[in-house]
Amino acid sequence: MTTLTGTWEWLTDPAHWSGPDGVWRRLLQHLVLTVVCLAVSCLIALPVAVVLGHLGRGGALAVNLSNVGRAVPTFAVLVLLLLTPIGAWGKGPTVVALVLFAVPPLLTNAYVGMREVDRDTVQAARGMGMTGRQVMFHVELPLSSPMILNGMRIAAVQLVATATIAALAGGGGLGRIITAGFNLASTPQVVAGAVLVAVFALIVEGLFEVAERLAPPWARGTP
Amino acid sequence: MTAPPDDCLARNEWICGDYLSTRREILLDAVGQHLRLTSVSVLIALALAVPLAVLARRWGWAAGPVLAATTILYTIPSLAMFSLLLPLYGLSATLVIAGLVLYSLTLLVRNILAGLRAVPEETRQAARGMGYGPVRLLLTVELPLALPAAMAGLRLATVSAVSLVTVGAIVGFGGLGNLIYAGMNTYFKAQVLTASVLCVVVAVAADLLLLGVQRLITPWTRARA
Repeated sequence: MTTLTGTWEWLTDPAHWSGPDGVWRRLLQHLVLTVVCLAVSCLIALPVAVVLGHLGRGGALAVNLSNVGRAVPTFAVLVLLLLTPIGAWGKGPTVVALVLFAVPPLLTNAYVGMREVDRDTVQAARGMGMTGRQVMFHVELPLSSPMILNGMRIAAVQLVATATIAALAGGGGLGRIITAGFNLASTPQVVAGAVLVAVFALIVEGLFEVAERLAPPWARGTP
Repeated sequence: MTAPPDDCLARNEWICGDYLSTRREILLDAVGQHLRLTSVSVLIALALAVPLAVLARRWGWAAGPVLAATTILYTIPSLAMFSLLLPLYGLSATLVIAGLVLYSLTLLVRNILAGLRAVPEETRQAARGMGYGPVRLLLTVELPLALPAAMAGLRLATVSAVSLVTVGAIVGFGGLGNLIYAGMNTYFKAQVLTASVLCVVVAVAADLLLLGVQRLITPWTRARA
């Protein structure tokens, strides 16, 4: 009970929200980091996956990459990067680790989406005189967009989680409130930070849910 | 005064044989803690997931809420999950185990349920026709047929748990993560790299072990190959 009221007091104290270590600043860092890394990861993963999917090559690689990604601990990679020359670039280790872990799910989902497009549909498009490039952009890509969107959702939630762990390796973001709470031995602050991160992650998940509902009919996944 | 030793430890190299020989016990302890945390949490998650999936299969209405609840838990970042459980368990190994159990639940429930749903209706009808009651049907027909999907979920959950244990370093129960955390603060490169590599080795070994178990307990899936 005391923890609950303590957490509430921490969260409702305006002093904790302003300033360089305040919630607003950490939230902004978390958001910017997530959005930038998602954009970079999409720019890297999607063209590769779409072309590979169109050609029907490298599938095993794309799928295995995603499984290997689960076995490698994010925290370990973050610390390893921190101790290499990349560590001198400030946000370098965090960005590199975040992108490294967000690329596999994006790649796998987009690749599988491209391959799952009905072969008869592709044949029909071909028969109507479409070139390979037209088939890729006007048939396969739109039809695989539900899977691509789903990959972006997985990557985004994972980025939020990884950005939290970055605080353990000296990065910014909402995780910093939790680690600072541990250093101060302040359970209310630790729990308050955890609540903020959890709410943020759930909002990101919810936004993608809305995006999937608002998407055009062919871009909606099967219910 | 003796000169400082000129070995790879003193030069702080990434790969260092002396580190392996001098810190053997520390490394073994960390691997042991890593394995204990992983296996205990995955086993507890499995014990919870099987009944949840069976109930969700039996009562269709329960499937939605069960899947939604476990998926929401999965969305919460690991560091936040450990922190949210802090008031309940304090700074203990139980805290890390509780967090990992909640993570593994999603993967396990989802896969076991998918496996149960994939059992052909004809098979169930045939078993009923042979006089199988609901319990016998579940234990001798449905669960064995759901094994391949369930094992796929178990492998995913185990590999993810091995990697997530490292975050437990924040409360001092992170297995190899403890060494990585300590190595980060002291810029001890050999320790960080060795512990990271060991972590991946443990994950791959656990995955291969479960793959072997899967092949042993589902001989019928190999008959056609």
